[in-house]
Amino acid sequence: MENMEKGIEGKKNVNRIRRYITRLLVFIFWISVWEAACKIIDQELFLPSPESVLLAIIDLAKTSGFWRSIFNSFIRIIIGFSMGVITGAILAVFSYKSRLIYELISPFMKIIKSTPVASFIILALVWISSKNLSVLISFLMAMPISFSNLLYGLKSTDEKLLEMAKVFRMGRWKRIKAIYFPAVLPFLVSAVSVGLGFSFKSGIAAEVIGRPSNSIGLNLYEAKLYLMIKELFAWTAVIIIISVLFEKIVVRTIRHYGSNTGNTDKP
Amino acid sequence: MDIKVVNINKSFNGQKVLDNISMTFKSGNITCIMGASGIGKTTLAYIMMGLLKADSGNIIGLQGKKIAAVFQEDRLIEHWDAVKNIMLVCRRDFTKDYIHKNLKELGLSDYENKPVSSLSGGMRRRVAIARALLSDYDVLIMDEPFKGLDFELKKQVIDYVVKMTKGKTVIIITHDKDEVDLLHAGLITMESKKAEAGGDRD
Repeated sequence: MENMEKGIEGKKNVNRIRRYITRLLVFIFWISVWEAACKIIDQELFLPSPESVLLAIIDLAKTSGFWRSIFNSFIRIIIGFSMGVITGAILAVFSYKSRLIYELISPFMKIIKSTPVASFIILALVWISSKNLSVLISFLMAMPISFSNLLYGLKSTDEKLLEMAKVFRMGRWKRIKAIYFPAVLPFLVSAVSVGLGFSFKSGIAAEVIGRPSNSIGLNLYEAKLYLMIKELFAWTAVIIIISVLFEKIVVRTIRHYGSNTGNTDKP
Repeated sequence: MDIKVVNINKSFNGQKVLDNISMTFKSGNITCIMGASGIGKTTLAYIMMGLLKADSGNIIGLQGKKIAAVFQEDRLIEHWDAVKNIMLVCRRDFTKDYIHKNLKELGLSDYENKPVSSLSGGMRRRVAIARALLSDYDVLIMDEPFKGLDFELKKQVIDYVVKMTKGKTVIIITHDKDEVDLLHAGLITMESKKAEAGGDRD
C-alpha cells in the first residue's frame, strides 16, 4: 500500500515537471515568434523586440512613479473586484433563497453583462471622479460573473445531502461548511479567475479614458500619445504579469482553503 | 410513547403510493418493515423523517422527537474522513476517542482518516450507520442499512446496532428476513399499498 502511494506520488511529480517544461517551451516558442516578427518588420516603432521591451521595463522599474502607478491602479482594481465578488455572492445567496429576488435581480445582471464597457466608463465619468472610475468599472465587471457562477454553484448543491442535514438538524454554519461551500468552491475559483482578468482589462481601460494621476492607465495613454511604443509594450507586459500573478495567488489560496473543507474540483 | 401512523395517503403525479396506511411502532423497540419493492416503504420513511408531506393522515408520537437516519444511499460528505463525517452530527458529549472506539468496533479503525470517497461500499455503509448511531436522537429510521455487507460483517454490525440502540425506538426497512431475526425485531409486512399492523419485538 505504502509503495503504491509512493509510486502515485512519484508519477505526480514527473507529470508536474513535464507540465513546467512544456510551459517553458511554449513560452520560448512565442518569444521566438515575436523576435522573428521584429526581425521581419525591422521597425522598432511598430513592433519593438522582446529585449528592448525588457530593458524598458527595467528602466521603468528604476523610477518611483512606476511603482506608485502600479500600487494605485492595483489597489483600485482589487477594491472594485473584491466588492464585486462579495456583492455578487450576497445577491446569489438571496436569489437562491427567493425566486422573487432572482427575478428582480436577473435583468439587472443581464444589462450589466451586455452593456459595452466603454458606455459604462463614459457614463460613470459623468457621475464620479476619474480616480474612482476603475473601482466602479472593476466592480461592475466582477459582480455579474460572481453572481451567475455562485448561483449556479448553489443550485448544484446535492439535494440528498441537504435532506440529510435537515434530518440531523444540522446548524446553518455546519451546512455552509460541509455542504454549500464545497459545492460552490469550484464555481468561486472560476468566478475569481475570469472576473480578475475582466476587472484588470476594464479597470485599466477606464484609467486610459479617465486618466487619473499616477496610474497605469495614464502611463499607457502617454506612451501612446508620444509614440513611446517600447514603454507601451512594457506597461502592457506589467499589467499582464500583475493580473496573472494575482489570479494565481488568489486561486491557490481558495484552493488551499478548499482542500481543508472538501471539493477543489474544477466545474 | 408509541409512534402511530394513522391513515396516511400519498400520491405522486396522481399515482397512489401509500393508500390509507396505518401501523404502530412500539416505543423502545426495533421494528422492521418488510415488503416488495415499490410498495412505498421509503416514501413512508421520508414522511416520518419530515422530508415529505403526506396528502392526508397523521403520525402521532413523533412531535418534538429527534430523528436520526441511515438513508438508502450513504449521503456522506465525500471529501471528508469518517471521523469528520461523524463529528458533523454527533452528540456534543462524544469525544474523538469515543468515535475512534466505535469505528474500531465496526472494523474501520485503519480507514477512519481517509476520505470516505476512497472507501469501499461496505465501509461507507458502516460509516453512515455509525454517524446515525452516534448522533443525538430519540427515533432512528434506517432504510436498508445492511445492504452490501457480507453475512459475517452484517452479523457484527447488527450486534453493534442492537447494543447501541437499547431503549430507543428504531424503524428498519429491509428485504431480508434474516436481518429481522438477527435484530430480534418486531415485523410489519407491507403487502400492498394498504397496510395495517403493529410491530413488537420477539
